[in-house]
Amino acid sequence: MTFRGYHEVEGGDRSGLVAQIGAQHERVQARLSTVRRVVAVASGKGGVGKSYLTAALALAAARRLGGVGVLDADLKSPTTAQMLGARGPLRVGEGGVEPARGRGGVAVMSSDLLIEEDAPLSWTGPAGDRFTWRGLLETGALREFLADVVWGPLDLLLVDLPPDADRLEDLAALVPSLTGAVLVTIPSEASRRSVARAMRHAQRAGINLLGVVENMSGYACGTCGANGPLFPGDAGARLADAGGIPLLGRIPWLPAELGDATHPSLEACTAALLGALA
Amino acid sequence: MKFLCIDCDTQMEFEERQQPGDGTFGAAFQCPRCRRRIAMLANPMETQLVGSLGVKIGGRTLDEQPMELVRGSLAGRDDAFADVPAPSAGRPRWSEQSQDRLARVPAFVRGMVKKIYSDYAVDHGIAEITPDVMDRARTDLGLEDM
Repeated sequence: MTFRGYHEVEGGDRSGLVAQIGAQHERVQARLSTVRRVVAVASGKGGVGKSYLTAALALAAARRLGGVGVLDADLKSPTTAQMLGARGPLRVGEGGVEPARGRGGVAVMSSDLLIEEDAPLSWTGPAGDRFTWRGLLETGALREFLADVVWGPLDLLLVDLPPDADRLEDLAALVPSLTGAVLVTIPSEASRRSVARAMRHAQRAGINLLGVVENMSGYACGTCGANGPLFPGDAGARLADAGGIPLLGRIPWLPAELGDATHPSLEACTAALLGALA
Repeated sequence: MKFLCIDCDTQMEFEERQQPGDGTFGAAFQCPRCRRRIAMLANPMETQLVGSLGVKIGGRTLDEQPMELVRGSLAGRDDAFADVPAPSAGRPRWSEQSQDRLARVPAFVRGMVKKIYSDYAVDHGIAEITPDVMDRARTDLGLEDM
């Protein structure tokens, strides 16, 4: 017995799965049609301060632009909503889910607004086989955060990605109009190596890299403001050289909570990013 | 996914789907030539895999709800969403028993579930939602967990 191949059977796909996946992508495109630029904040390394930087960039950008949003794609360790002071509940209307509003009027969507305080991200479904479908649900959640949130007219939507380099590629697949990505590192060699891998991964995927930010680049004294050493290394400059992309800024470790008034280095970094986007 | 009737060398057509309640997903297909029917039965893990794509085998009979996948799959907090009720004009009534049943749905997803049943009732010209209507909607729409 010999079967014909899928494409040799001329009829349409009666299961409808392909058409529905296509429709899902169209929903994302339609929703983001009012968003001028979508920029990912990514790294290959955890603990480099992506979420802090995303929130800080959003606040600084909101003072310069018409509308700014933050999508926290770090589903398992969401922090940007709290940093921006955004709270639920999220209103659900016919048009979709209204984003929460953080400081500076920043529109925010995060799993932090959906799960119980201090609770881990947990999916319902048959126990024992979670590893087979959890990744699909996480990508699906990212898709719904993009497509089902009423982002409205925004000049800039920042997407705070988890450390996994694959997530940047997933985002680029969901958002073909992705403007680009900012890579975040700390000065250390260990961070440079991890972020270099993510950078190579992104470049192979054809993602436009807007630049590198070196976070925790020294320690800004809360009393005198002087910048002292924190981590050895110059990962930011080396990554920028290796990737042929700009070093957008060096942000010292700041001993205060993120506030409305930000450090000059954050303002300069935001200006450099917006310059790269111009 | 295509189903081929080998004897007729003809593609079978999707007929209906069912979720009997044990995590199984069933989809029936029929050959348009010899009328032979078959059922594809997926085990709970396979059902979950397809469901995790946010799709319905055989296509959708109801528009996708906002954050349908997240609300149907995440163990979320009760007060995460504030569903804005649709204008009551033209909307179906809820019997006391169906309200009791709806109250047992986790609050995280309850607003969406209520809207799905209401839309189903409107689409089918049903004036009052009863547990029987909810059962029918579950079968028709493939809402095993709702």
